[in-house]
Parts: sequence; C-alpha cells; structure tokens
Amino acid sequence: MKDHMIADIEALKDLARRIRSQSLKMTHHANASHVGTSLSMADLLAVLYGEILNVRPEEPGWPGRDRFILSKGHGAAALYATLAETGFIPTELLESYCDNGASLTGHVSHAEVSGVEVSTGSLGHGLSIACGFALSAKRDRKPWKSFVLLSDGECDEGSIWEAALFAPQHRLDNLTAIIDYNKIQSFGTVEEVIDLHPLAEKWSAFRWAVREVDGHDVSKIREVLSATPFEKGKPNLIIAHTTKGKGVRFMENKLLWHYKSPNADQLKEALCELNSGT
Amino acid sequence: MRTAFINTLVEEAEQRTNLWLITGDLGYSVLEVFSDKYPDRYVNAGVSEQNMIGMAAGISQTGKTVITYSIGNFATLRCLEQIRNDVCYHNLNVKIVAVGGGVAYGPQGYTHHAVEDLAIMRSLPKLTVLAPGDPIETRLAVQAMVSTDGPFYLRLGKAGEPRIHHEPPSFQIGKALEMRQGKDVTLISTGGMLHTTIQVGEKLALSGISARILSMPCLQPIDDDAIQHAAVSTRGIVTIEEHICRGGLGGAVAEVLAGMLQGHAPLFRAGLKNIPFQKAGDQDYIRHLSRLSTPSLEEDIRNWLPS
Repeated sequence: MKDHMIADIEALKDLARRIRSQSLKMTHHANASHVGTSLSMADLLAVLYGEILNVRPEEPGWPGRDRFILSKGHGAAALYATLAETGFIPTELLESYCDNGASLTGHVSHAEVSGVEVSTGSLGHGLSIACGFALSAKRDRKPWKSFVLLSDGECDEGSIWEAALFAPQHRLDNLTAIIDYNKIQSFGTVEEVIDLHPLAEKWSAFRWAVREVDGHDVSKIREVLSATPFEKGKPNLIIAHTTKGKGVRFMENKLLWHYKSPNADQLKEALCELNSGT
Repeated sequence: MRTAFINTLVEEAEQRTNLWLITGDLGYSVLEVFSDKYPDRYVNAGVSEQNMIGMAAGISQTGKTVITYSIGNFATLRCLEQIRNDVCYHNLNVKIVAVGGGVAYGPQGYTHHAVEDLAIMRSLPKLTVLAPGDPIETRLAVQAMVSTDGPFYLRLGKAGEPRIHHEPPSFQIGKALEMRQGKDVTLISTGGMLHTTIQVGEKLALSGISARILSMPCLQPIDDDAIQHAAVSTRGIVTIEEHICRGGLGGAVAEVLAGMLQGHAPLFRAGLKNIPFQKAGDQDYIRHLSRLSTPSLEEDIRNWLPS
C-alpha cells in the first residue's frame, strides 16, 4: 500500500465516479462498445490506483513499481480514464479515444500510453504475464507485487487455467488476480453461456487463497486488497461481485450495454445520475 | 544441433546473468546441464505452452532475456497468439526455440511435423527467424540471438546433424553464407537441408553444372542482396527446405524476385509434398517421398535448369 497517500473513502468514491463519467464520455465520443464493463470495474480501479498500487505517475517505468495488467482489455476506456485521473496521462488525451491516429485504442495499448504495462484485448493473456512478473520478482527477492484484473467470461479461456495451475506451484503469493464477476458475458449471462459456478471453489481447488467481496464497496475492496497475501505461499484470488453497467440505472445488468454506445441524451442522463449521487 | 544449442546457451548464461530458460516440460536429458547449473534461472512451465509464452513475456518485461523451449508446433502454433501479442507486439527479449524442425520426428506422425512454422513465424512483426544448417551455424545463431535485442524464433533439427562448416563463418543476422562458388545455378538451403544441398552441388558438378550454394540460416530478415545477386548472376535459383513449399524459404525468395524491376532467373522451390503425411516414416523416408533426397534433387534440378 502507498505510504504517502492514504486516500479516504470519499476520495476513492469520487475517483470511481470520475472514472465512470470519463468512460461514458469517451464511449459516447467514440461510438464505442463496452461501456458496461468499464462501469462494472470502476470501483476496483479506483481503489487499486487510488491507494493500493505502489506506482509513480511521474516515473511510470520505476523498476520498483507494482505491476498491474487489465487483462479484460475491452475495458480500456476505464483504464485510460483511471490513468488520466491519477496523473499518468493528460486528461485532454481522453478526448481522442479511438480517433484516427490517436494512441488510445479501443482495447488497452501500451504503445505511447504512460502507465500501461502491457497491451491486452484478446482474453486469457494477462494472468500468464502477471505470473511472469510475480515469478521474476520472487526469484529476485524484490518486494513489488503483481496484480491482474480478469473478466468472468475470460475464465472460459484455457490459458487462464494453465496459469491458475502454475501460480500455486511456484508459491506466487505476490500475485493477486481479481475477477470482475458481473455475470454477463458477450452473448448472455455467464450462467447461460458457460457457467462458472462454483467459482470460488474452483480457484480454491487450484490452491489459490480466495476471497469474495462486493466489487462496488470501496471500503471492503480496500480492506481485502490491503490484506494480501491472504495465506503465505498461495496466490491471491479476489472474486469481486459486480453489476455490469453499475452507476447508471438504465444500463445496469443489461447485455445491450456490452455493445451499445450512449447517445447524447443518454449520456446526459447518465452523467446527471452519477453527479447527483443517487 | 540440439547439443550445440544447449552447450552454447550454458556458456552464454555464465556471462549473461539475466538469461533464463523455460521449458514446456520437454528436453529430458538435454536441458539438465542448464537447470543444474542455473536453477534460479530455469523454469519448467509444464505442458502449457500458452502460459509459458505469456510468462516469458512477463519475465522479459522485468529486464530478462528468456529462452522458451519445446518441440516444433508446441513451441509455436499452440501459443501463436501469445507470441504475436505478448512477445512481438511488445518487442521483448523472448527467444522461442523449437526442436524437431521439419520432419525430424518423422515416425511420430503429422502432429510432430513442424512443416508450416517458417511461413507462419516469418509473418510476425519484429520476429527474427533463424534456421541454422549445422551445429556450427547453430552455435553462432544462439550467440547472435542472445546478444541481439528483440524476439527471435530459432528452429533446430534434432541431434546428430553433421558438421558442414570447417571453420566458423562470419555469421550476421539477415545475411546468407556462401558455401560453394558456381556460375550456372544457385542452390539456397535453410535449416537441416544444408548437408543434402552440398551433396547435390557435388553431384551436379559431375554432370557439368556449376552450382553456387548459399546457406540461409536467417529467414527473417531475408538477405535480399544475396537473392537479387543470384537472380542476375546464375541461370536459375533453387530453394531447398524441409518445410511446405508455400511461405517458407521458397516463398521468401519468390517475394524478393517478384519485386525485381529487371529480369531475373526463374525459381524452383523444393520442399515437402504430401502434407499432411499420414503414415509412419523416418526423416530420410519422408524426404525421399518429397524428392528431397540427393539423387532426386540432382535429377530434378538438372531437368529443370534452363539452358
């Protein structure tokens, strides 16, 4: 945890609200998809970047930094918004999201985007890379940690389970994977498509130390993320129960908002709701 | 080649303390000389090639040079997207090593025949593609690979290939090696076909055909100058590879020739046919069926070469 910047809960909530607002504006501007996924993980990103990750916006390549990978790369808008709101990239840059020639692509890009460790977009890549980070730090006896945020649909990928087998074998307790469990994937609910239930038991059986948390309660998220390693010698897995489209009532739990971009009126209504705090 | 690879790697690891080796649970009785000496820089990822490459990317991002090791297709095709996205896109120091290139694992069947790998790997951005022709070239290729930044693919045969070079040649990435001078036809070989190609050159000489021979241990970047020179200085070019005829060495040479503004010599691509090969058969047998044996090649080239 950062020792120089202990944010209070209200500040974290405000950061999450700003991430959501920016994500909505960016998605509207670009006529892009995936606003629902950005909204579902905004609170997780706010706590990670607002308090947990030991990173330096002014020195993004600092070797001692914690590493974070957004493996669900289709949530790029929320990550870029987070990086802007925490000082890694200029806020004005967000206005170019998905524009011709812009560096902010619709899936996470490391190229020319300060603070992004790796490009993602094809699901199932991030956990393995995060294992590589964690193993390297372990072997070098470095204190920095490796974090990765996965989607629930992403857990359909076989490569996730390859990495899930590897991490406990090498006692990577400096690795924390978080699943944004909003229970809606590309073509329907997780239950309808490929049911992950019982998800916690699966990861426990793979010898991860598992915790479940309300993925919209910043206090609880902070508490659980501050408590790693949960068990010495075990990688950490946090199942964050979330709502797709969280924070904008007409988007919540609607598959449609995996694809649709808010029009001007919808954007106005969404921002109004976010700003009113209702 | 396999022996030259691991011995050179162990030597390099002595000086290069950031050099790691990850295997996909293969290399029994081969890799122990590395793992015993450098256990902190050795990882067995298990039978999980996608995770192996992703991890290699992560480890490399922390300042290390990572060698990944497996058999032909497992090292490449199984984890192709991880190679493309995680390694090549990020331009990382990950060096992908595959043993059993071509039909070295002949009787084991088509699953173990790495015969499309050069075409596929050659298309990836930032990736240097090496297929050395003998143990000497292998040694030089490994040295070049670990001392040059960026992703590499190194295609090896198995073990026991004969040494062709008497002295270590001047090995440069992107450069062909001239093995024999000649004025009638240019034979270009990649990988383990070098020994056969030398024999073919000798046989052609008996028929009065003077063959120039180039070993092409680097497929990407390809030596455009050597190919263009061959195209104007000899009457024909023959590519010889243990790979399908599309997209490998023959494909690469065809691309260079197609871009030439002046007239150029015609191209004969010798490579594997009958793919997928569905029966058992050792390397020599499958080569023979594909007319990649010395007598077949000599006959085909003699009949094809324009006067």
